[in-house]
Amino acid sequence: MTLVLRIKRFFRLKKKLNRSFTVSFLMFLLLALFGSFMALPLVYAVNNAFKPLDELFIFPPRFFVKNPTLDNFFDLVALMGNSWVPLSRYIANTFLITVLGTAGHILLASAAAYPLAKYKFIGSKTIFSIVVLSLMFSPHVTAIPNYMVMSWLGWINTHASIIVPSVAFPLGLFLMKQFMEQLPDSLMEAAKIDGASEYRIFWSIVMPNVKPAWLTLLILQFPVLWGTDGGNFIYSENLKTLHYALGQISMGGIARAGVGAAVALFLMIVPITLFIISQSSVMQTMANSGMKD
Amino acid sequence: MEAKTIQQTEKGSIYVAKESRLAHLKKELIRGKHYYILMAPYLIIFFLFTVIPVVISFGLSFFSFNMLEIPKFVGWENYSRLFLSDDIFMIALKNTFIFAVLTGPISYIACFLFAWIINELSPKVRAFMTLVFYAPSISGNVFFIWLIIFSGDSYGYLNGFLMKVGVILEPIQWLKDEQYILAVVIIVQLWLSLGTSFLAFIAGLQNIDQTLVEAGTVDGIKNRWQELWFITLPSMRPQLLFGAVLQITMAFAVADISIALAGFPSVNYAAHTVVTHLMDYGTIRFEMGYASAIATVLFALMVGTNMIIQKILRRVGE
Repeated sequence: MTLVLRIKRFFRLKKKLNRSFTVSFLMFLLLALFGSFMALPLVYAVNNAFKPLDELFIFPPRFFVKNPTLDNFFDLVALMGNSWVPLSRYIANTFLITVLGTAGHILLASAAAYPLAKYKFIGSKTIFSIVVLSLMFSPHVTAIPNYMVMSWLGWINTHASIIVPSVAFPLGLFLMKQFMEQLPDSLMEAAKIDGASEYRIFWSIVMPNVKPAWLTLLILQFPVLWGTDGGNFIYSENLKTLHYALGQISMGGIARAGVGAAVALFLMIVPITLFIISQSSVMQTMANSGMKD
Repeated sequence: MEAKTIQQTEKGSIYVAKESRLAHLKKELIRGKHYYILMAPYLIIFFLFTVIPVVISFGLSFFSFNMLEIPKFVGWENYSRLFLSDDIFMIALKNTFIFAVLTGPISYIACFLFAWIINELSPKVRAFMTLVFYAPSISGNVFFIWLIIFSGDSYGYLNGFLMKVGVILEPIQWLKDEQYILAVVIIVQLWLSLGTSFLAFIAGLQNIDQTLVEAGTVDGIKNRWQELWFITLPSMRPQLLFGAVLQITMAFAVADISIALAGFPSVNYAAHTVVTHLMDYGTIRFEMGYASAIATVLFALMVGTNMIIQKILRRVGE
């Protein structure tokens, strides 16, 4: 009985309205079951990175690592030094694309969201409905004309071909606009009376007040760019990304399996860590994500 | 002197009356100058890489174009070829519908169901469970893990497990056997699909007005199911609409996972989708007009389905 009470207290079930304990318990069981299904591959990836080579190819395959080792990471560092295109180059490319793309996205999407959220002017409604409609586009639809636009601009085989289009993803503008609508108008009016220009208001009043939304845009944009393999636009080996290099390493077969697992862990851990840090801000923004009738 | 002044004002007033709409427009545009400047960088890029390509794609679907020769107008030929004589497209369309019909609603309901259960937990447990369910969708390179799990030899995790337990004697070629490919891709797609909508749902649930729930209890709501239908779902309508848009678009665009798991092209086109068909013609055969017709069909499918679902969702809880 005390156990049941303890469980109840742990999940804070006591004071809730309209809740029966049995159903709650069954639902949490369901949650735990699916939660482990979700987590299992990730736990497996973590374990894999610490497995020595003989444990990676054992039959029957073992889920958890028995003799954890850091060899895979040392091999990775060694491989970084002496491959034809050093691995550090791939890492630098991925960093460049991710940082520029994400920062540009946050900046430009906020700048565009501020007038849409706070003012009425000619075309504002039309522009916003186009943005909402474009949430329904998948990037695949535009892939072919995009290639033509890129080659017309002469951007094929440059990082700009990945960075620039990603700066204007519609989801970020949509969320930012919804969040900015919550800001009180008095904030901007006060600044205007003090003689601040629109740009100044945007930069020193609006931007600091929408920090949670920045982090949300960051967490949505970051994994997309972090995981890009260069798509159809990048051909030169020294411009390729880490995700592409991972594919190459995995293709190296048995000898590279350990290093592959280490790179996979590295690729996975960065976005997840970012999410852990920014979770509460993200939830705050998402509360305003709804589409009004 | 006097008469002149009157004339002038009259002239002036007539002038103003005639020009007023245009002048008003101009005034409005000048008043909004700063707003247009603020929006310009985003909008230029947005139009250049999102809006214009859709228009080009639609236009190009009536041409025969291979990137080398001058486009040749062919009218509806691409479309008639697509629907009447391209058997592989029919397979792709069928697979895409199977994907969309299964992964769309299931992932949508899963997003809501798990968000709903997680919302009942204490804040710390809630944050942890949110992370567990959301992590797959942001961990990028996860195909790698599933490839090992579903690997076709006995080192594959699933095969190893099933053989150890004794369910099967020989390893199953999960990713090469037509029977299983589609199911495997669907499972992985579902695993990845608790993304932005899931977060939006959790956030929406946390912001439901608790006084509504109390008032509902006074009015005779007895259990969680009634609360869900009469209070929770109607309060969540904006988030539900937002989530639907994202999940539907995702469900129709299955391609990357199919390619990563089943290869491109997959065995006997078992995991071929409209998007992989589009890639085939666009990036390998360079039949850009034909590929554009495929893209236009996909676009119509996505937007059309979205419109229908939005109409249905607006009626939730009424």
